[in-house]
Amino acid sequence: MADRDDTAAAGDLGPVTTLATPIRLDFEFTPGVAQSRFLRGLERGRFIGQRCPKCGMVYVPSRGSCPTDGVPTTEDVELANVGTVTTYCVVNVPFAGQSIEIPYICAQVLLDGANISFMGLIQEIPADQIRMGMRVEAVWVDPDRLTPSLASVRYFRPNGEPDADYESFKEYL
Amino acid sequence: MPESEALHASHRLEYPYARSVGPVIGAFLTGLRDGRLLGVRGSGGSVIVPPTEYDPDTGDDTGEVVEVGPGGVVESWAWVPDPLPKHPSDRPFAWALIRLDGADTALLHAVDSGGPDRLATGDRVTVRFRPAAERIGSMADIEAFVPEGGAA
Ligand SMILES: [Zn+2]
Repeated sequence: MADRDDTAAAGDLGPVTTLATPIRLDFEFTPGVAQSRFLRGLERGRFIGQRCPKCGMVYVPSRGSCPTDGVPTTEDVELANVGTVTTYCVVNVPFAGQSIEIPYICAQVLLDGANISFMGLIQEIPADQIRMGMRVEAVWVDPDRLTPSLASVRYFRPNGEPDADYESFKEYL
Repeated sequence: MPESEALHASHRLEYPYARSVGPVIGAFLTGLRDGRLLGVRGSGGSVIVPPTEYDPDTGDDTGEVVEVGPGGVVESWAWVPDPLPKHPSDRPFAWALIRLDGADTALLHAVDSGGPDRLATGDRVTVRFRPAAERIGSMADIEAFVPEGGAA
């Protein structure tokens, strides 16, 4: 066989025991008009949600309609840069591709003025000091690095306010 | 672009899996890395390529490793006029079932014939490996099969 001569060296490598089989999906994402408004808000360092005209709930990011009432949400609402940790988990497990040093905190943050929480990274606090009700503020990337992406929010950190009363966020757990 | 217009972005989701290949497929992949095509003898005496750990007819352990090829016969094929990024060739090629000399089953791989009018069921083809330094123990170590007696 043609390649026989150059295979002697390859034979010293030992048997093949594993095979890399990466699974990859390349896709195009169109977030829609409502989420695009949220993303454009991030590009300006602002959290933009939308209010339901029927029940008054404020969703962030908004999907463009109220899941309870099924009506379009047309009124944009700018939310505060501060919020409350409703729940959290501390990540202690290393995994391939991890970009943050463990242990770190993933929390659900309920922004002031919103009626739904979203997930954020909590930093500038030891992982064992996180607690439900903690008041936090968003820390953004430098203005010239803002993009229409959640990567514009570096993380949330404690803002020093007293903890929120459990009654104030128990509906959002 | 007006602010009401929706955004659009390209995304990639990827998981870096690695799998253990076991002794039989491991031998096959080691053979590819070394520039050899290997099958395994089933309990009824037939030669299975690519090899399996168990005989698909009887469920018995398969036996000795057998070298096959490097030539074979195209049993069936489908032409790919517009290869996708993941395909083994960036120019048009055929996916083909190839029964290698000495084998009783067919192997699926690419045939680089130069055009669908230059390939027919029953044609003889031969393996074209990647250069030894590029081979890692993968089906992609086979660049393609080409018509015997000269590529297109
Ligand atoms: Zn509503």
